[in-house]
Amino acid sequence: MVFSFDLLLEAVVFGILLGCFYAAVSIGLSVSFGLLDVPHIAHPAIMVFGSYCTFVLGRYGFDPIVAGVVLMPAFFVLGMGVYRFYYEAFERRGSDAGVRGIAFFFGLALIIEVGLILAFGVDQRSVEAAYIGKSLSIGEMRVPLRFLVAFGVALVLMTALTLYLSKTFTGRAIKAVAQDEAALRLMGANPVRIKQWAFGIATAVAALAGALLIIVGPVEPGLDRVYIGRTFSVVVLAGLGSMTGTLAAGLILGISESIVLMHFGASWAPAVSFGLLLIVLGIRPQGLFGR
Amino acid sequence: MKFWASAGLVFSLAVIAAAIVKNEYYFFAGYTVLMFVVLATAWNILGGYVGYVNFGTPAFFGLGAYTAAVLFKATAAPLALQILAAAAMSGLLGFAAGLLTLRLRGIFFAIATIALVVIIETLINNWRYAGGATGLQLLRPPPTAPFESYVKMLFVLMAALAVAAVAIARYIERSWIGRGLRAIRDSEEAAECSGVPTLRLKVFACTVSGALMGAGGATMPMYLSFIEPASTFNLNYAIGALASPMIGGTAGYLGPVIGAILLSTVQQVVTVTISSEMNVMVVGVLLVVFVVAAPEGILGLIRKWTRSSSR
Amino acid sequence: MKLHKLLLAAFSALAISFAAFAQQPIKVGMSMPQTGSLGAGGKAALVALQMWVEDVNAKGGLLGRKVEFIVYDDQTNPALTPAIYAKLLDIDKVDLLIAPYGTVPTAAIMPLVKQRNLLLMGNFSFQVNRTVKHDMWFNNSPWNTASSWFDGYFLAGQKLGAKTIAFLAADQEFAQNLATGAKELAKKGGLKTVYEQNYPPTTVDFSSMIRAIRAAKPDLVFVASYPNDSVAIVRAVNEIGVGESVQLFGGGMVGLQFTPNMESLGSLLNGIVNYNSYVPGIKYPGIEEFLARYSKKAVEAKVDPLGFYLPPYNYAIGQMLEQAVTATKSLDHKVLADYLRKNEMKTIVGPIRYGPDGEWANPRVLQAQFRGVVDKNMEQFRQPGKQVVLYPDQYKTGEVMAPFEKVRK
Repeated sequence: MVFSFDLLLEAVVFGILLGCFYAAVSIGLSVSFGLLDVPHIAHPAIMVFGSYCTFVLGRYGFDPIVAGVVLMPAFFVLGMGVYRFYYEAFERRGSDAGVRGIAFFFGLALIIEVGLILAFGVDQRSVEAAYIGKSLSIGEMRVPLRFLVAFGVALVLMTALTLYLSKTFTGRAIKAVAQDEAALRLMGANPVRIKQWAFGIATAVAALAGALLIIVGPVEPGLDRVYIGRTFSVVVLAGLGSMTGTLAAGLILGISESIVLMHFGASWAPAVSFGLLLIVLGIRPQGLFGR
Repeated sequence: MKFWASAGLVFSLAVIAAAIVKNEYYFFAGYTVLMFVVLATAWNILGGYVGYVNFGTPAFFGLGAYTAAVLFKATAAPLALQILAAAAMSGLLGFAAGLLTLRLRGIFFAIATIALVVIIETLINNWRYAGGATGLQLLRPPPTAPFESYVKMLFVLMAALAVAAVAIARYIERSWIGRGLRAIRDSEEAAECSGVPTLRLKVFACTVSGALMGAGGATMPMYLSFIEPASTFNLNYAIGALASPMIGGTAGYLGPVIGAILLSTVQQVVTVTISSEMNVMVVGVLLVVFVVAAPEGILGLIRKWTRSSSR
Repeated sequence: MKLHKLLLAAFSALAISFAAFAQQPIKVGMSMPQTGSLGAGGKAALVALQMWVEDVNAKGGLLGRKVEFIVYDDQTNPALTPAIYAKLLDIDKVDLLIAPYGTVPTAAIMPLVKQRNLLLMGNFSFQVNRTVKHDMWFNNSPWNTASSWFDGYFLAGQKLGAKTIAFLAADQEFAQNLATGAKELAKKGGLKTVYEQNYPPTTVDFSSMIRAIRAAKPDLVFVASYPNDSVAIVRAVNEIGVGESVQLFGGGMVGLQFTPNMESLGSLLNGIVNYNSYVPGIKYPGIEEFLARYSKKAVEAKVDPLGFYLPPYNYAIGQMLEQAVTATKSLDHKVLADYLRKNEMKTIVGPIRYGPDGEWANPRVLQAQFRGVVDKNMEQFRQPGKQVVLYPDQYKTGEVMAPFEKVRK
């Protein structure tokens, strides 16, 4: 175990970059699970599906970020369809749907995963871009450009989403439907359509997150399992429904993972996100900024 | 009485098959099917009877497997002892995990159980004696008489375990414990108000469920002569244990058995004829189809048909 | 009289047709990683094995019977191999077994073959028979103990006056076997270990570990890794930098011998000192003719067209089986194992004699340094010179250049 201030500083810097990336990856879940209460275990799987779509577009010469943005409308429609199906099959039928809703999304995640294996095989896939492979030298530190790029896009994405939810009419309607569905209905808005719209947005965001995922490192079909822990950790730590909380929680997760990685070794890193989750659930289940 | 007669019949069939059938591959496949019967029955005690969806099957199953493996490596203990030790360890985990997490509702409990899997797997990954991420090769002893083949012996043993698991589930279901669990499933608040000791019953269900899963996993190391964390703690076990009761029916002890036999057999056939990826797809598709279209499972469908045809 | 002749003719005809019916093919079975970390190497090895099956059938088969080759994909996953080999034995009913390429998939089936007393032809695994001690195991790879691997690297380091060493190893059977052996030898050689790290085989990001290595300022860095990690580590070294103190980097990185990886990493490989089994310029009997034939088939199959690392050694497995079966006229595993133990095998990778543990009695592992490699050029590797052989002396083509970071520029 090598300990030094320089190393710790590097771990923290890397952790901030990583954390912002985790926040971007989780923010879609903050909307679908945090605001809409949908047990969306398949969110990471849809994100990985987005990564593979980015990979395919990359073969045609698309830059990964451009590919991610291009995919967003298609994924928006996909998200609306998934929510509609979920609503008709489960939410309409009442409270028992909870158990089966979870099982449904798990089944969906599995189907996506196996579909990717059948289409692409189990091998790792990655994309190429001008900023992948190079790094920026800041003093003694060398910061890989791909993380800086992911960091930048993540910040833009989160700012855009937060502004949308607080400034626009539909955005505020989405927040309202999370707080008090009955009141919204009384005001004449259709909560189902709003929820559908919100789920669509969450899925579109997942597409861009998928592009960031394949920029940051190679992807393989089983990658969604690793991210279930990370995304739910972030969303629960943030507090259900808090967008700004997602950034803070992402940073906490990123920095803790980075420090554990540096000082205790890579074999302990997978447990960090879940350990954090269990601690939060045990001590303060409503998270940092929960409603 | 009817139950014990049929259970006895099933077990005798297994023994006769072991004596007559020559091709070992059937016993490999049969072992896996029976193992899922144990896992599905165990899962249903918490999932079906109480309504708490547990994704942590691999944690209990894997802990049982590793307990047996490490015990064998350290002391060359016989199978029976390995199974008991595995059940004890996983039961203990069920007890502790139950106390910590059964206060959480719905999806939070489910996510916490996934957390359990990753944490136990990480611990094993860092334990060199158990092989770490590399894994352990195990040389198994010759099979005990009158068995000539180790795999056949494991098959008969697993059949016995399956019968035991179903018997335990049936006992719980019919006793006052089962009534309490059903009360919790229907409305936890109402049960609390009527004086049902909800936490104690839930923890009990979690402990028994965990112990049975551990027993189900105990013979895995000897089956493969090799154990490593990635495949042992694979979430596919969680899905299989969950899908079988969802497909067969979660209300009683028979549903998980039917679901497990059906699902597992289809999976084995698909693996041999098509590919091992397709068999995972089969589980996913069947799970989604049944959860959406047939919430009561196969038993529920049968009940509906018999009711409508008797009019 | 005539009836007797008729009966005799009929009987002979029946006997001949029975004999023809009994000319069942000889089935050779294995699983080969065609996807997963070792997939690229496995696919190339498969082409070589298929070439051997064609060659032997063109000569009339083994013992007058056609050879049938049954192979499955184990995805480099040790969890899948026991079931696959059980299927090969109980459903496909194969006569001869070849191990999967690689230590990790093979480790899982060693207990199975020992328990069932089966001959297993090893395929580029490292020390996988160490604990099981199966006496019917014969490996095709040119190494035996860690010493055969580490000595060359260590000697090069010694010449540069190295005093400290860092170890980076995947937590899996191959890398751990190698790292354990190498650490013992390093200690015996007087080197001080300033950093050691085992990482889970699924790790994709090595930035933190490379940073930590840099902070420890070692003279030598010995890495034991599998193809996916090897590539990621080389890229991370390029991104983060490993520091000016490092003289040598590499040693036991699997995957830097696969042509697709060599082509895609290009100049990032320069300076790395790594092991290999064969580089162009080494004259084994028949190997150049084999490689020319292989190249054509590999291009058709869209796999590694150069095929230096694995294919000749897989063809050699076929040659060894052919030699043993033909000499003993038997498919009995015990008889074949006996023959393999006692006799010298003649193959396109030179003569092979086995020690009591089933490994080569005389190792032939090369340590070579990548030099002057340019990007996106596969043909450059056809000529000798891009991998300068440092060890052993009989194949040496140059002296080591250091420090590592300087050689890369």
